[in-house]
Amino acid sequence: MSLLRTPLYEKVKAANGRFVSFGGWEMAVQFAGIQAEHDAVRNAAGLFDVSHMGEIEIKGPEALAAVNRLITNDLERIADGQAVYTCMCQPDGGIVDDLVVYRYSTQHIFICCNAANREKDFAWIAEHLTGDAKAVDRSNEFAQLAVQGPAAPALVQRLTKTDLTPIKRYWFTEGQVAGVPTIISRTGYTGEDGFELYLPLDGAAQVWDALFAAAEGQLSPIGLGARDTLRLEARMALYGNDIDSTTTPLEAGLGWVTKLDKKAFIGLEALQAQKAAGLKRKLVGFKMNGRLPARHGYPVVDAAGAAIGTVTSGSFSPTLKECIGLAYVPVGQDAIGSEIRIQIRDRAEAATIVKTPFLQR
Amino acid sequence: MGSPENLRYTDDHEWARLEADGTITVGITDHAQDALGDVVFVDLPAVGKSVEPKGTFGVVESVKTVSDLYAPCGGEIVAINDGLRDAPEQVNKDAYGQGWIVRIRPAGADALAGLKSAAEYDAYLATL
Repeated sequence: MSLLRTPLYEKVKAANGRFVSFGGWEMAVQFAGIQAEHDAVRNAAGLFDVSHMGEIEIKGPEALAAVNRLITNDLERIADGQAVYTCMCQPDGGIVDDLVVYRYSTQHIFICCNAANREKDFAWIAEHLTGDAKAVDRSNEFAQLAVQGPAAPALVQRLTKTDLTPIKRYWFTEGQVAGVPTIISRTGYTGEDGFELYLPLDGAAQVWDALFAAAEGQLSPIGLGARDTLRLEARMALYGNDIDSTTTPLEAGLGWVTKLDKKAFIGLEALQAQKAAGLKRKLVGFKMNGRLPARHGYPVVDAAGAAIGTVTSGSFSPTLKECIGLAYVPVGQDAIGSEIRIQIRDRAEAATIVKTPFLQR
Repeated sequence: MGSPENLRYTDDHEWARLEADGTITVGITDHAQDALGDVVFVDLPAVGKSVEPKGTFGVVESVKTVSDLYAPCGGEIVAINDGLRDAPEQVNKDAYGQGWIVRIRPAGADALAGLKSAAEYDAYLATL
């Protein structure tokens, strides 16, 4: 199967993006280098082509109530024009996907989902949607650019007449950006301030160019490599690594987006039971005591060398200059400050459980 | 720009240089360091360890990925680049110089036979 290309493929190529296959898409893994790109986002601003992400729209008189029955967070607790990060669960509490869900109104909900899960998510939503509401997969109609970093809000503001001051974190609006009709969302996957811009396919390149022109050298193109190190420092989950259909939001430390006092959602009973019985494992952040990075899939081992958990994400942290990661460990061995051992090739390396996010902003 | 003429190359992107004392200095090529990106750790073998031809003798960790190092020849590790412990980025900055990784005393004669010349390696890179 040939790889899909985003509408920004030529722009990314012209910016010397190094392409890899990712979830069926041909995406840039890096431009100037992960360290340099990572620093650019932490210190100035970075631009990410994230057009591979999926967009699903639900409309109808009962749209909000219908979506609310599919997700762990609660759309009743936010206003029109606001968004939530949430999980969507199976009846057993395993995670179908993690999503950002936008509340236009009680009759109009917009969802951004992971690229690799788009088809599965749409099928799940279509199958489980109840009441007077209809879901449409609009992924092929949208490009998406993320503009992230301390300089990002002012940069986006320069390209739009819409006043972005009232658009606080996890709020969104619609407006023209560089003359292109855009959903302007103050969200991101980096731990920095900034916006995610949902754009029509034929307007994306125009916005890409306008952002670089307006930035006067203060904007860097960013690949998937730095996207991963940025999100990890901010302890944002990566589906397929830290969370999947075999992990629950409670285990993954996503209790803050899991409203167990909601009337109903798929997975609620299982999650309530899991909470009542007590968790057996938890996703914790760790720092390696030495300089060797732990990677996804490496076992966490006890003194005898037996596996007691698994590393789900691990990398050198470009900001902290230490090796950090996330791992599932047994409850009881998850205290901040306690030491764990991670099997790296032929030896068990010590790591210390630390508070997350790794990077406090 | 072509790879240095005075070195020999493996298909796995290590370089090897025959020293005056008969030992072989080994590192990774400019292509390899560029593909790996920012190197953050080089897992070095112990001095005195023996290595098989094409056997793994260490690991290079970049921010994003892990890559095994393969010996261009069999023999004994007689030196390791300790400087990489504090400055692994030398592998990126000076792949053919300060970024060298180990020195091997080859077990047999003609240790570099079968490795690529610079021209052959460059031609190989063009096919990747």
